[in-house]
Amino acid sequence: MILRRYRFALALLTAGALCSTQALAAIAYVSNEKDDSLSLIDLDTLEVINTIEVGQRPRGITFSKDFSLLYICASDDDTVQVMDVASGKIVHELPSGADPEQFSLHPDNQRLYIANEDDALVTVVDTDSRTVVAQIDVGVEPEGMAVSPDGSVAVNTSETTSMLHWIDTATHELIDNTQVDQRPRHVEFSKDGSTLWASAEIGGTVSVIDVASREIRHTLRFPIRGIHPDKVQPVGIKLTDDGRYAFVALGPANHVAVVDANSFEVLDYLLVGRRVWHLEFSPDQSLLLTSNGMSGDVSVIDVDNLKVRKSIKVGRYPWGIAVKP
Amino acid sequence: MNMSAYLQAFVGILFRELLRFVHQRTRFFSALVRPLVWLAVFAAGFRAALGISIIQPYDTYITYEVYIAPGLCAMVLLFNAMQSSLSMVYDREMGSMRVLLMSPLPRSYLLLCKLIASALVALPQVYAFLAIAWFFGVEPPPSGYLLAAPVLLLTGLMLGGLGLFISSFIRQLENFAGVMNFVIFPMFFLSSALYPLWKMQEAGEWLYTLCRLNPFTHAVELIRFTLYGQWHGEAIGIVTGCTLLFVSAAIVAFNPQRGFMRARNS
Repeated sequence: MILRRYRFALALLTAGALCSTQALAAIAYVSNEKDDSLSLIDLDTLEVINTIEVGQRPRGITFSKDFSLLYICASDDDTVQVMDVASGKIVHELPSGADPEQFSLHPDNQRLYIANEDDALVTVVDTDSRTVVAQIDVGVEPEGMAVSPDGSVAVNTSETTSMLHWIDTATHELIDNTQVDQRPRHVEFSKDGSTLWASAEIGGTVSVIDVASREIRHTLRFPIRGIHPDKVQPVGIKLTDDGRYAFVALGPANHVAVVDANSFEVLDYLLVGRRVWHLEFSPDQSLLLTSNGMSGDVSVIDVDNLKVRKSIKVGRYPWGIAVKP
Repeated sequence: MNMSAYLQAFVGILFRELLRFVHQRTRFFSALVRPLVWLAVFAAGFRAALGISIIQPYDTYITYEVYIAPGLCAMVLLFNAMQSSLSMVYDREMGSMRVLLMSPLPRSYLLLCKLIASALVALPQVYAFLAIAWFFGVEPPPSGYLLAAPVLLLTGLMLGGLGLFISSFIRQLENFAGVMNFVIFPMFFLSSALYPLWKMQEAGEWLYTLCRLNPFTHAVELIRFTLYGQWHGEAIGIVTGCTLLFVSAAIVAFNPQRGFMRARNS
């Protein structure tokens, strides 16, 4: 009886979730690294509805907090382009420093923290005045970038130095470093900001770090039956807001690991396209999208039943994903 | 001759098939084990853990287990059909065939009943296989299981017709080993059951052509598409056409007294 009532509640919830997404028709923006374009996917029909030309080698993309602007790292143009979402036109560019790859927008919706891969720098840009606020020296080949939910610290990963660099956002000074496994690519804060998840591409691990002490609490490994350990290269990470799951994209292993965010146990490996790098949720977190670079498609994972629903063809080498509700 | 006599004959033949099936428990067991061995051992060895690129009717990347499941369903039907025609040879040798054909109903009707009954008996075997395959991650949509039933029946009829036609050429039970070598194996291996057709095309154009000419390929694709709720007009056309052709050829060629060849010679 209890089970039945629970099921009924669940059915109501999913029905409600379905209605809400139908009413809003969320759109996923996917940057195609080799096509210099963005593919737009309607998350109701799961079909590509538009393709927009942008600067050369677009990689990291993120929306402003009100979803009116889209920031695009045009790596080979050494700039961050700003697109007006309503018109789909590039309205201006930001002085990002050389070869911007990943970035993170501060909760104040103003400061953009950009990793400059070639210059061993993190550049902080004011998106209103379009000026560089600060440049912070970090390790060699900075890549991953995240700002804590409360906005007090920014964390950058440097691939060659294999370190996480903790930056005080008030003073823009480096306050600490945490050594992780080889070639850290991406960092992601939990919603409450208490833990930080960092993937190490060559090390094949994900470190879960306690933000207060800045020390590693747990290291996750991903042995997949039938896949050589060298191919397991974790990159993108996404955590559900309810604190239940962590999803880790395993690069050329072509799988996304589903991790219990509390027990750190790997629950399942989901088969997606080739060389999966970055992940993004739909607004209600019922779907998780993965960018599969080599196969040029985006796989859609149903978060409720942990199944891959569909893979959608996009441009060549899809890299980043951002979702507009 | 009224309808009830026809119905009675059909029920009688179906009952006999069922009885034979129930009594041969090892047959059910081996019918189930055969595809499961393929699924658990062959697919595991070949396990493209990195997935097979997206092909129709699948929406996303699939494991090799998922790919070969429809082919293994067709394999269950193929073995069942061939075993059923083996039983025709046995019946002919033992004389029980004459008892059946003593019925005043037309022979073509009796043979058709026999084919339908044998195809029906194959269905629970296929579904039992699919039920176990579910635990290997082969999870088609629920509606697919339902839609597949008529398609499985049609394929069973096609293969049964072929088996019956071939059995007309077999004089003795022992010759059935030849059927295994020259019918079952080529049919199964030269089809899309184990590898997608584009893979076959990569291996060689003549191999691809052989696969395309093999009705079993179209049966496998028909089961594959239907199981995932998709329409495959070409496969339906070819399988239906082949069913009509094989069943009529079997009825024409069948001679309960002697083999077809001897009947022609005398």
